[in-house]
Amino acid sequence: MGGPGVISLDALSVTFGRRPILKNLNGELRGRAIGLLGPNGAGKTTLIHTLLGFHPPSAGAARIFGSDIRTEANKIKSLIGYMPERDSFIAKMSCVHFVRFMAELSGLPSAAALERAHEALFFVGLGEARYRNLDTFSLGMKQLAKLAQAIVHGPRLIFLDEPTNGLDPPARQRMIKMVRDIRDSGQAHIVLSSHLLRDVEECCEEIVILKDGQLVVYCNLEEERKANKKFLMLETRGDLKEFVAAVAGLGCECAVTSDHRLKVILQEQTEIRDLYRLALQYQVQIRRLTYKRDSLEDIFLKAMENGSG
Amino acid sequence: MAVLERSYKRYQGALSPEWSRFLIIPRHAYRDVFRSKLFTAFFALSFIWPLVCAILIYLHHNVNALGIMKLNVADVLPIDAFFFQVFVEVQGTIGFFLAMLVGPQQVSRDLTNNALPLYLCRPFSRSEYVVGKMSIVIILLSTITWVPGLVLFLLQSYLEGWSWFSANSWIASAIFLGSLVWIVLLALLTQAISAWVKWRVAARAALLAVFFIPTAFAEIINQIFETRWGQIIDLRALIGNVWAGLFGSFVRQAASQVQESRNGRVVREALFSAPPLWASWFMLFLICALCLWLLSRKVKAYEVVK
Repeated sequence: MGGPGVISLDALSVTFGRRPILKNLNGELRGRAIGLLGPNGAGKTTLIHTLLGFHPPSAGAARIFGSDIRTEANKIKSLIGYMPERDSFIAKMSCVHFVRFMAELSGLPSAAALERAHEALFFVGLGEARYRNLDTFSLGMKQLAKLAQAIVHGPRLIFLDEPTNGLDPPARQRMIKMVRDIRDSGQAHIVLSSHLLRDVEECCEEIVILKDGQLVVYCNLEEERKANKKFLMLETRGDLKEFVAAVAGLGCECAVTSDHRLKVILQEQTEIRDLYRLALQYQVQIRRLTYKRDSLEDIFLKAMENGSG
Repeated sequence: MAVLERSYKRYQGALSPEWSRFLIIPRHAYRDVFRSKLFTAFFALSFIWPLVCAILIYLHHNVNALGIMKLNVADVLPIDAFFFQVFVEVQGTIGFFLAMLVGPQQVSRDLTNNALPLYLCRPFSRSEYVVGKMSIVIILLSTITWVPGLVLFLLQSYLEGWSWFSANSWIASAIFLGSLVWIVLLALLTQAISAWVKWRVAARAALLAVFFIPTAFAEIINQIFETRWGQIIDLRALIGNVWAGLFGSFVRQAASQVQESRNGRVVREALFSAPPLWASWFMLFLICALCLWLLSRKVKAYEVVK
């Protein structure tokens, strides 16, 4: 885990006029796919724009791959791709012309830009429509074209701002699959900003939750899930008294919630097979065993309830 | 990210030099500009005057041709600074109309389609964007103003000889500088108007208004205040003065107005003179600075709404 993180926030604050939008954000994000969550107006897009150099920080600093966003903006911009939330195009251009133009602006020579534009459009699934004018595209196709321009120059970090906005379920699935493909390729890190918890849950390993411009939750979803695997709900038949005592004897916390149900928090060294062994020993039937895990929704709602971080 | 593989792959190849990236904008813009047959025809017609001038220079040095046409050398226009000044003025006027056709939609289209974040999230600065957009007009107008102007100058030098060239080389710099000032002014004005007026037709009308309405106001000021300083708000007069200054024909106009009573006594005598040449340069500089300020207010990735 040595070396600089993908994004480092060091007391980052952004103010528009006198209104603080981002307040003292701190953290080191290292994940392959980082989810940026928060209610409307929480500051997600402002954070992305600040990292892109669109808004100057009013205090603090931020670094991307170890480079300061204020002093090394050009170096950073050559490493990133950005898919904006709103419709953003250049009028009167065919899709392939548009993506090629964007690649050239990123520094690719003309021939390489054209080649990469074709490849990017095939990758996002617009291969057949690449010579059509952007004005004739549907909303879903425009989203794909925006993704193509964000990845055409092969960036190391891709900011996706609400990539599934306005997509129907199959199109959303395709978009999520592409994001996962990029993540799994190991060639780029992704920052995905979304209102849709499911999108983030399906794509991201790390999440950052913002509320009122403050970072209220930062967690690694994988670790969170692993931690939650230790929490079990059992539905049983038979005399529980001795069984519960035996389970407690293993060092596990145990609580009987009704006649036949109990909650168990396993210790590090305890395995589920130990529970089955004890159940056999004390003639208790285990009819159902479920992992209780906090969903992202639980984490998000808790963050919203807890207020400022 | 090969087409067949359809997998994400980073780009590892060479990059284009950073200084040259602003030229990507005009290169792609000309595709769209020359798609219009009307514009292409107008652009081609704008080379007629340079052609006429080239013929005049040729005739000036070809006694046989003059003989066939039964003309005397004295009947043909003299090829001097005034000849090239007229050339720059005619081509400058044509350039104004070309800029009016090409310029007004350049920035407004990007603003309407929220394209600026796409430019500015790349290693491409706001100033590169502005220079790139300006260079659409600058390159286009260069091809009809100072480039053919210098070609004509070289043609005349070739036909007249080294002594003419060495004695009149300042004309070449006047052609270049005079055209460049005009082109940069037009480029800045069209882009500034384009940034603030999103409707193309209105932007074109605004550009016309910028050049013609102040002329009327200038005349009103001159009449009311009995002065000639009204010229400093008249763009056409300003650039005319600058061209005259560069080609050595600038004369600071002065006039007097005398009011006499019935018995012939002078009741009132007013003396007024036109602004000096430096005032015209200074005003053009101020207008360019104002255009840059207007552009800097609009050319942003996102506008923060107060």
